[in-house]
Order: sequence, then C-alpha cells, then structure tokens
Amino acid sequence: MKVKIIITPKKAVVDPQGKTVQVALEQMGHQGIKAVHVGKYLEIELDGTDREAARKALDEAAHRFLSNPVIEDYRLEIE
Amino acid sequence: MNFAVLQFPASNCDQDAIHAVRLLGHSARYVWHKEHSLGDADAVIVPGGFSYGDYLRCGAIARFSPVMQAVKQFAENGGLVLGVCNGFQVLTEAGLLPGALVRNRDLQFHCEHIFLKTVTPDSPFTGKIPPDKLLRVPIAHGEGCYFADAETLAKLRAGNQILWQYCDANGNLTDKANPNGSLRNIAGICNDRRNVAGLMPHPERACELALGSDDGKWIFESLFAALQNKATAKAA
Repeated sequence: MKVKIIITPKKAVVDPQGKTVQVALEQMGHQGIKAVHVGKYLEIELDGTDREAARKALDEAAHRFLSNPVIEDYRLEIE
Repeated sequence: MNFAVLQFPASNCDQDAIHAVRLLGHSARYVWHKEHSLGDADAVIVPGGFSYGDYLRCGAIARFSPVMQAVKQFAENGGLVLGVCNGFQVLTEAGLLPGALVRNRDLQFHCEHIFLKTVTPDSPFTGKIPPDKLLRVPIAHGEGCYFADAETLAKLRAGNQILWQYCDANGNLTDKANPNGSLRNIAGICNDRRNVAGLMPHPERACELALGSDDGKWIFESLFAALQNKATAKAA
C-alpha cells in the first residue's frame, strides 16, 4: 500500500518560491498563470491492506509532524 | 549559573553559545540530543545550526529528540529557555513558542549585522538591556521570516510577547530594515509565561568587541540577572 501526502503552503503565508517560479514561467512565455504554490510531496510505502487504519495513522502523523499546521495544509491519498 | 547548551546533529552555534556564557563568567555544558535529562541546569540554550540537516522543515525533527522532551518539562516547571536561530525554529515546532519561521521573502540566505530594538524590557531576556539601546548583532539564516496568524499576532502584541524587532541604525522599524519579511519586523518573541524566548539573530556571536560588537551580551546579562533573582527569591 502506498500513501501519498501533498503539503502546500497556506494561502495566508507568503510563498516567495511560488512567486519566483511563476515569474520564471512567465518569462519563458507561459501565459495566464494565476498563481504557483511550491510544496512538498511524500510517498510512504506501507505493509498491510487496512486502508482506513493507514489513513487514520498517517493523518495524525501528517498533522503532528509531516506538516506544520501554522503554515501548511496537506492532503492524503491512498493507492 | 549553569547553562545547558543542546547539541543536535548539525548544530553549529553550540560552541559559540558555550564560549559566550563562559566568557561572561558563568558555566555551561553541552547536552547531547539523546540525553533524557538536563541535569542541574539553571537555563537552557537551544543553539543555531541546521539540526538534522533541516530535513522536512527547520526544527521539525529536533522537536522529537529525547532532550527536547526534557526541555518541555523544564519549561513547564518555569525554567528559562532561549532559542537562537535554528533554536528558535525548534521551539516553534515544539509548540513552546507560537508562530513559525518560513523562507526569507527574497529567498536569499542573509548573513549580516542588523539592528534590534527591544520593545519589551520587562522579561528575563531583556531586563538588563540599557533603555533605548539598539543591539547590533549578526543574523545568518535562510528561513527566518516570522509568521503567525492574525489572532496569534494580536495575542503576542496584547501580552507584550514581542521582545525584539528589526530596525535601522536610528531605531526606526522600516521595511528596509527587515531582512527577511517577518511580520511586524519581529526578530524575537517569548511565550505568555515569559520563560521561553526565541530570536533569529545571534547574540552569542556578539559578546566581545573582537567580533565587531558586544551588544549581544546584554541578552545574556538579562538572563543571568533573572536567574540570580530567582535564586535569591528561592533562598528567602
């Protein structure tokens, strides 16, 4: 089983990396980019098949450790 | 007074902190991150550096080390804890201080001397700083932009928990004097009990004139005086 966790900066937090990437994309000629947010992506490989147990355990870990709720949001996908 | 200076893998200001405390006439010893006790420490310094390689987020992994559980207990019992640079990041990650430190707004690592205005003289970390004295101390960080949500910021202001703000040489809190984009030019704060503080600048690197400034000593002198007061009160 694989759990994917996507962590993004909260909207209220200034994201200078996202801003810089956006400017670079525009300089490359890409048009119509409204915003870029640079975050983190984690892939966690797990033993077992109990998806709900995995979701519960890793949701807790994502909230407590893998993300910082002061500055980041996360979402979790199970594969 | 006895200071405990924590050592995580990739701490790199631990020796500076030990040197500063000893230079100013007190004793200090290292406490390795795997230790479960702070011994007879009167105060704790969480030093600067790149604990655990800054993996995941600055301070995120250090927070779970055995020694940080001892620091939490120490703080809960009213012990004085000062976090410098990465130490400040560790204390916010550990929930001992509110808010978070994020990437500098210009994405650059800043290594320079800045000026600090002490906005709250009434704390164990600022009590001995001469009135109106601006502190010229170095910064060296890439992720020192202080962020907190509006509610937290309002609480910090109402509780006089903002200890230092970045200012220019004349004490003006300008945007230009803000090296990293911190909200309200915040350079350092304390908790509501006023026994845990953190700041991004490095007072321990500015305790003797040979290093270009000795203004940082006032923060240590404040700590020594606060500890002395505590000891006197306990003895009485």
